Amino acid sequence: MIEEFRGKINGMLLDEFEKEANAMKLTKAQREKALKLLEKRYKEYKINPGEAIGVITAESFGEPGTQMTLNIFHFAGVSELNVTLGLPRLIEIFDARKEVSTPIMEVYLKKPYNTDIKAVKKVAAMIKETKLRELAHEFLINIIKKQIEVVLNKGNMRNLGITEKFLFDALAVKLKKVKIRKASNGNVVLKPDLEEVSLKDVYKLKEKAKETFIKGIEGISQVLPIKQGNEFVILTTGSNLKDTLKLEQVDETRTISNSLFEIASILGIEAAREAIVYEAKKVITEQGLDVDTRHILFISDLMTATGRVKGVTRSGITGEKESVLARATFETPLKHITGAALAGEEDLLNSVVENVLLNQPVPLGTGLPGLVASMKKNE
Amino acid sequence: MSDIYLNEKFIGTVKDPIGFVNNVKTERRNGKIPKELNIYYDDKSDEVYIDTSKGRARRPLIIVENGVSKLTSEIKQGLEEGKITWGDLIERNIVEYLDAAEEENSYVALNEEELTKEHTHLEIIPSAILGITTALVPYANYSQTPRLNRGSKTQKQAIGIYTSNYLVRMDTDVNILHYPQTPLVRSYMHDISDYDKHPAGQNIVIALMSYEGYNMQDSIIINKASIERGLARSTFFRPYSSEELRYSGGLIDEIGVPDKDVKGYKSEHSYRNLEEDGIVSPEMRVEEEDVVIGKTSPPRFLGELEEFSIAANIRRESSSVVKHGERGVVDMITLSENEEGNKLVQVRIRDQRIPEVGDKFASRHGQKGVIGAIVPETDLPFTASGVIPDIIFSPHSIPSRMTISHLIEILAGKVGSLSGRYINGTAFESESEEDLRKELLSLGFRDDGTEKMYNGITGEEFKVTIFVGNIYYLKLRHMVANKLHARASGRIQLLTRQPIEGRSKGGGLRLGEMEKDCFVAHGASLLLKERFDSDKTILHICESCGMLAVVDSHKNKRFCPKCGNNVDISAVELSYAFKLLLDELKAMCVYPSLKLKSKYD
Ligand SMILES: [Zn+2]
Repeated sequence: MIEEFRGKINGMLLDEFEKEANAMKLTKAQREKALKLLEKRYKEYKINPGEAIGVITAESFGEPGTQMTLNIFHFAGVSELNVTLGLPRLIEIFDARKEVSTPIMEVYLKKPYNTDIKAVKKVAAMIKETKLRELAHEFLINIIKKQIEVVLNKGNMRNLGITEKFLFDALAVKLKKVKIRKASNGNVVLKPDLEEVSLKDVYKLKEKAKETFIKGIEGISQVLPIKQGNEFVILTTGSNLKDTLKLEQVDETRTISNSLFEIASILGIEAAREAIVYEAKKVITEQGLDVDTRHILFISDLMTATGRVKGVTRSGITGEKESVLARATFETPLKHITGAALAGEEDLLNSVVENVLLNQPVPLGTGLPGLVASMKKNE
Repeated sequence: MSDIYLNEKFIGTVKDPIGFVNNVKTERRNGKIPKELNIYYDDKSDEVYIDTSKGRARRPLIIVENGVSKLTSEIKQGLEEGKITWGDLIERNIVEYLDAAEEENSYVALNEEELTKEHTHLEIIPSAILGITTALVPYANYSQTPRLNRGSKTQKQAIGIYTSNYLVRMDTDVNILHYPQTPLVRSYMHDISDYDKHPAGQNIVIALMSYEGYNMQDSIIINKASIERGLARSTFFRPYSSEELRYSGGLIDEIGVPDKDVKGYKSEHSYRNLEEDGIVSPEMRVEEEDVVIGKTSPPRFLGELEEFSIAANIRRESSSVVKHGERGVVDMITLSENEEGNKLVQVRIRDQRIPEVGDKFASRHGQKGVIGAIVPETDLPFTASGVIPDIIFSPHSIPSRMTISHLIEILAGKVGSLSGRYINGTAFESESEEDLRKELLSLGFRDDGTEKMYNGITGEEFKVTIFVGNIYYLKLRHMVANKLHARASGRIQLLTRQPIEGRSKGGGLRLGEMEKDCFVAHGASLLLKERFDSDKTILHICESCGMLAVVDSHKNKRFCPKCGNNVDISAVELSYAFKLLLDELKAMCVYPSLKLKSKYD
């Protein structure tokens, strides 16, 4: 019987119906009744041809956007970790900015590690990026010898589990063209490996040395284990999905970042699409607003349809509009018009904006259907 | 080493910045350094800023030493007796002026009771932290800061008596309230600013309830009888001026009734109010577009050929006309000269503004709203003692805005009006709500300010008690009479052929981008086209090259300037603005070719 409805109702919906109907052990009559109801509802919920879903979606975000509060920072439990939220974040998502203003990861851990706080803290320490400045009391400049003496903070080193050997090995890798040796008083001596060392070089080296990466995952400046349900999750400031997922303790099925581009490049475009929905929903619910999920789904589909994440900007999906006039009315008209003139582009006037420009009925709603009449042929 | 900057310029460094700053302060108090100098140490950037420049906002604070205010009771007594002046306080280092930067280095106590050893200064009175208009808000410390901001903003828009010689002045856009009153609930700022001499509101009876759905959102119900008694009635004054300008070649403007052969002569009807001298007579009723000062000017440009033509030598009409959408009575006329010795005529028109639906009102707490209905007194609810409110205010305006001060003012106003005295509502130092409640109870009313009320239409008693009291209400400058606007057709812009903008010129109401989106979202495609039809034109297009063709219906000739006569030329309907865009593209050397297709193929 279900086959009768194929083509009338979405196939996925029918498959789901079949599964549910089997589970509920519906009789033939009940099935027929339910299918008829399903068909009716399905038709009701379908969007009519000529419905301006683009504008409705845009206004469905635009109007709540005006109500968003100016308190754009949300503190995730502790005040040390803050996240951009509200309108700035929403703009960031839909514009598909390459650089996220507050990159954040939610790192989930695999079974044995995620409940023991000690193990969680250990992983957190592994993830956190450590720079030389955190291991040093001070950086002294010896003007006569033209070298830098780093006074090490042994306590910090012990806390972070860094041995002296590890430190020297790391420095040797990271600091090129620098002579590294240990002084008799335990300080680390750094000297630029140049034939003529000027004081300026020493200053430069001092700034460079401070920021030298020693241990952890690059880009993760803060870690914060928090309890979610009955497991621990590590929130991080800074995002580096690639290296984090390599760790064996990390549950790669659940760990996410808020950077769309990182997700797209590491986990693929479908994951990025899902991330847009997740992030946009997070902003909207956090502000206490309500936007229908289908609007978010629609916009995320549009943004990822080409296989790459594209923002709603003139370089993104708006810039890919077919119509020259529509693109020119949005932003940078001169660029689009000269470009179109050089390429000899043609505008078929198929969409809304260009028809408004020419004062023609827009092909939407009442403007979409044409009148078809069959004329009697004169004898 | 900390850097020192004097008026933003680097002047040197110091080893002990805090000691240095304290030294400078001591020397300033000793009188060795001018008291106008302020110094500030920024510990974040480790820099010292000294400022002596003009235009800084500075405010006086009482100096505190070791947790003791230098304004002792002895000095207070001296002040009261008039033995000590403000100048003495500054001279004797009891009060000093701080600028915004130096305030950052200070620890200022709001009250004398909370002084500790760390404090460096004390506020003269707690509400000195507020500005002039904000300090005018009674019970200000009971409301959120944004509400205070709005409250002080609306007070600036209130109609009152801004100066007592307004009758002999020619200010633009003047509104005068007819029966202004001084507020019952006041703050110290009302006395300091001589508010009684230029009040801007009226004490009214207010009831917090809904009324027949006419006070939804922020709208208010107003008592018709109160309006007829003169509540919130105001007069609007607008001056018109005209002068006899002198031009090169001895030509001069002429104030007088223009002759009929003048270029741009309006109609005899427009000049009917003018006397022989070309100026309206006082107390004359004038309508929009009526001439109030008749004037003619010499012809503007004289070209070589036109110099001898009679037609070009005709003078131009340049009278002053009552603005579009305005009316009134001629109030005052002045005849004088300006700086260059030209004759100057000024005419002031007055127009009475009786409150009408849509006029904007506000209390002093940022609670603004427009009139939703004017209701006859007989239909309004009344209290057991027969009091009928002047204004009915929606209680829904309170919870989300949390303007507690608004509610306390109503209560305080009620006490004030019943006991016949002014209530002190100065922020932080006001009469307490508790005392007010006690006094209200002793006056024979419920202590929470509510009263039993009766439905004015049916006479039934309301099931709940209603909060009634007195409040100082302000009529704001925004009146519908100045804003009401509609247009069917009228002037258009020369360039785009679209309607001109602006109410005063009888312009159109713009259906903007977002309104367009609304039409699109509803799928109202043809309605949208009709709305944008204001500049539609018929263009004739050459089908071979796609450019504009020439159709001369006089000579019955149709041709394309490029392709000649033997081409198909079709007429299409387009917006003129698009034709303009095509022209501009051509000016950019872009060739926009239109490819035509029959709509019915
Ligand atoms: Zn042609």
